[in-house]
Amino acid sequence: MAKVYEKSSAFFDTFERKPSMQKTTHYCPGCGHGTLSKIIADQLTELGLQDQAIFVGPVGCGVFIYYYFESAAVSSAHGRASAVATGVSRANPDSVTISYQGDGDLAAIGTSNAIHAANRGENMIVFFVNNNIYGMTGGQLAPTTLIDQTSTTSPYGRSVLNDGYPLRMAEMMAGLEAPTLVARVGVNNPKNIRQAIKVIKKGLEIQRDKKGYAFIEVLSQCPTNWKKDPKEACEWIDEVVSKQYPFGVFKDLTDERGAQKRRSERPEFSAVAKQLGLVDNDDDNSTQIEIGSDALQFKFAGFGGQGVLSLGMMMAQLSMQHNMEVTWLPSYGPEMRGGVANSSVVVSKDVIGSPIVDYPDVLVALNRPSLEKFGPMVPENGLIVYNSSLIDQVPANLKGKVYALPATELATEAGTGKAANVVVLGFIACKTGMFKQADIEAFLAETFKKPALLETNIKALNAGWQAADNI
Amino acid sequence: MSDKPSVTIHADLCKACGLCIIHCPKDILQATDKINELGYPITVVAKEGCIGCGNCYLVCPEPGAVTVVRP
Repeated sequence: MAKVYEKSSAFFDTFERKPSMQKTTHYCPGCGHGTLSKIIADQLTELGLQDQAIFVGPVGCGVFIYYYFESAAVSSAHGRASAVATGVSRANPDSVTISYQGDGDLAAIGTSNAIHAANRGENMIVFFVNNNIYGMTGGQLAPTTLIDQTSTTSPYGRSVLNDGYPLRMAEMMAGLEAPTLVARVGVNNPKNIRQAIKVIKKGLEIQRDKKGYAFIEVLSQCPTNWKKDPKEACEWIDEVVSKQYPFGVFKDLTDERGAQKRRSERPEFSAVAKQLGLVDNDDDNSTQIEIGSDALQFKFAGFGGQGVLSLGMMMAQLSMQHNMEVTWLPSYGPEMRGGVANSSVVVSKDVIGSPIVDYPDVLVALNRPSLEKFGPMVPENGLIVYNSSLIDQVPANLKGKVYALPATELATEAGTGKAANVVVLGFIACKTGMFKQADIEAFLAETFKKPALLETNIKALNAGWQAADNI
Repeated sequence: MSDKPSVTIHADLCKACGLCIIHCPKDILQATDKINELGYPITVVAKEGCIGCGNCYLVCPEPGAVTVVRP
């Protein structure tokens, strides 16, 4: 039967995405990247997977993978290709996701991304092009550089004590349970290339059949940075590199594994558009916001443990239930208890630009340092509610309308001092007219499942509400 | 189509790495002094005798630089 070896149709005829010299790749003469690309292209065509293929490119010499393949492609930040490929693979469960990474990308900055993608057994094939060196940046030491190998950053050769041992990624991946196929191949001579073709074909078949994760390490020559001619570089792989990185299939569970199907939840496009603010929200049952504008900025501040973060969260959730846009931004120290904490909440009818609140329309200060710190930031028409149970002195430089609310006292009367934040919620809801009392009660019923706790909190809410009515 | 195997080197795509020359079992490929548009001295098919093994295609890193037909 006739056999024709020619440029695969998985490649573009002309590399039009490339700025110049659009007929050839950007790789140096003799580089293994080109050889590997050709194998992948040939196998994609042979298996008829070109239209399903989505390439995820690395940072490194392989970065321009999207110049060459007439398939979908995504570029990723340095080292993150396996992580991006995870998203690509899960969002497009019918695709053949191909992560193409070098050793500086996968074995250095992206080690954790690569290992965890492998450990999750994502449906993707990862080509790990290992040439023992940082190629694109000019030949620096990589985690895979051989012992005693010189590079621009190891001019006296790699030392074990300084730089550790060359990292054997394929062996590490084979030690994980999830991967279906782990192998190391070479592209330095026809024999190794023929072996590589078999393994790569198998890897792509695994993707076609959705059998999980395949990791193929490809020992590639880098004549330029190894400072060898292409012939010497190819021989060096056989004579030296493959002693440190032996060829072989380290794990192959192709026959034992079946197709793995992940739960894939895809939102309707209309829901996505709404989330992104691309469609107008014409619902007219939104809350009335007062104090002069379409947006209200809140600052809730106090000691850690007083419930200022939860108070902000309750305000945000209630507003959300009333179809408002909201942001909630907590700020607290490293302590789990004590210390000062505050939360900034923005409630708006429109999309919110920034969650940061510098000049709050409403300030709730549950302790004195908070009142002193944030009180002067409230504008003249703003509200300041302070906890008069704990604060006996009010700073003189406040501009807004100041309300003294004995929140802790009222909460203790209701059943527990911890409910001071709910007292405040009732107070400001009543003062601003944002929510009806019944709405908040319904919300509290969703939050507090224990009947006794709920009752206490409703009492606290009523206490706050009445206090607002009476002041 | 001829019934004999044949190899074609597309000179305008050749980067002169020389790998095809090394791996040709029949030694029919040869480096020349002729420089192509990319600035590399091109490789040519100097003799007859191609057996269509495909080695030159496999080792060539440049997509499209080598075509081999084995009838």
